[in-house]
Amino acid sequence: MDQQFTVLDLLDLDLKEHNDLDLTCLAGRPGLLRPIVTPDLNRPGLALNGFFDNFGSDRVQIFGRGEHAFVEKLAAEQNLVNVKQLFDREIPACVFTHGLEPPEEFIRIAEASGCPVLQTPLATSEFVMRLIRALGNVFAARETIHATLVEVFGIGVLILGDSGVGKSETALELIERGHRLVADDAVEVRRVAGNILLGQGANPALGHHMEIRGLGIINITHLFGVGSIRDDKQIQLICQLEVWDSQKAYDRIGADERKLDILGVGTPYLEIPVKPGRNIPIIIETAAMNERLKKMGYYSAREFNQNIMRWLDSENARKAYLQKKGIT
Amino acid sequence: MTEKEVTVRNRAGIHARPAALIVQTASQYSSQIEFKKEHETINAKSIMGIITLGAGYNTSITISADGEDEEDAVNSLARLFENRFEED
Repeated sequence: MDQQFTVLDLLDLDLKEHNDLDLTCLAGRPGLLRPIVTPDLNRPGLALNGFFDNFGSDRVQIFGRGEHAFVEKLAAEQNLVNVKQLFDREIPACVFTHGLEPPEEFIRIAEASGCPVLQTPLATSEFVMRLIRALGNVFAARETIHATLVEVFGIGVLILGDSGVGKSETALELIERGHRLVADDAVEVRRVAGNILLGQGANPALGHHMEIRGLGIINITHLFGVGSIRDDKQIQLICQLEVWDSQKAYDRIGADERKLDILGVGTPYLEIPVKPGRNIPIIIETAAMNERLKKMGYYSAREFNQNIMRWLDSENARKAYLQKKGIT
Repeated sequence: MTEKEVTVRNRAGIHARPAALIVQTASQYSSQIEFKKEHETINAKSIMGIITLGAGYNTSITISADGEDEEDAVNSLARLFENRFEED
């Protein structure tokens, strides 16, 4: 990632429902521009006790009920040396969970060192889970791809192809047939949880718009309804549209699975030649259904070939038998 | 491969009209043309891609082209930026 991800960006993340971090800033606003450089978190229990060996000072510090009670005790005893030392280490931010209020002395030290103090009403374990998920997404490997992403029968299909080959038109027909648009033209692909490719619009602010040659820019949500869009979707199949090249050998059987590598993850890959008279949306629909069958363990092409082989075997056996009997 | 760095000089930034102008110009060349802004790279022949860049006033963009007519392509695109897309 070229751009630094700051605490302010964390507060600005547009997360909803079970992902919402629900953070508010209690103090240390000037420090909101501090960068967060790692998706790891730290519970500063040991540090508050004065033990700073291997202290994860580049991590967001999480104060749960235990840490909060301890800070209250330290504040009551006017023994805030360790808290001062904690803030001297330029930590990116500290977060109080359960909606807990840090004592005034704590806030004062945080303000003095310019470190943001955040608060969330969520329970610690829940907040930690959400924050790890959110930061994991932020620090995931990513790439913007010139393509269209649609969800077809529950399968995320990434449509690749040169400009003007008909990606958007294909997607439009798929939407018309009841499938969903995730993003057109610029798809941001992220690798999350190791080997899952997640695609979404490169700029969520622009919403689900499409450019169709001859029509201009159209708003899919308004034209086809909210049922026809999706914010993000795992990429499970890649279809490359290309102008039919009569010199090229296209896959005629489909028994071998080809994969295309994006961000180090291989995804089933089909090359679909385009020419007048070929209805690409229906081909993509069929490819998506075929992909679902494969996920269920049924490979049309392989199964077909096995039947052929079985049939040939039995034909051979029959011939051999008849020959032995001297009938032919 | 030819590259050139340009800056968005018109106040409004790259909105729909300049984007259409860029795509029109880029489509006249057979080269593969890309715009780079920070870590984002998009195809210059895609209008939504260019708008998605969100290139406001004073944003710097690297134009890169790869193909037979790469130099002409980069130069004529750079000229659009210099002329502020005939705006202001």
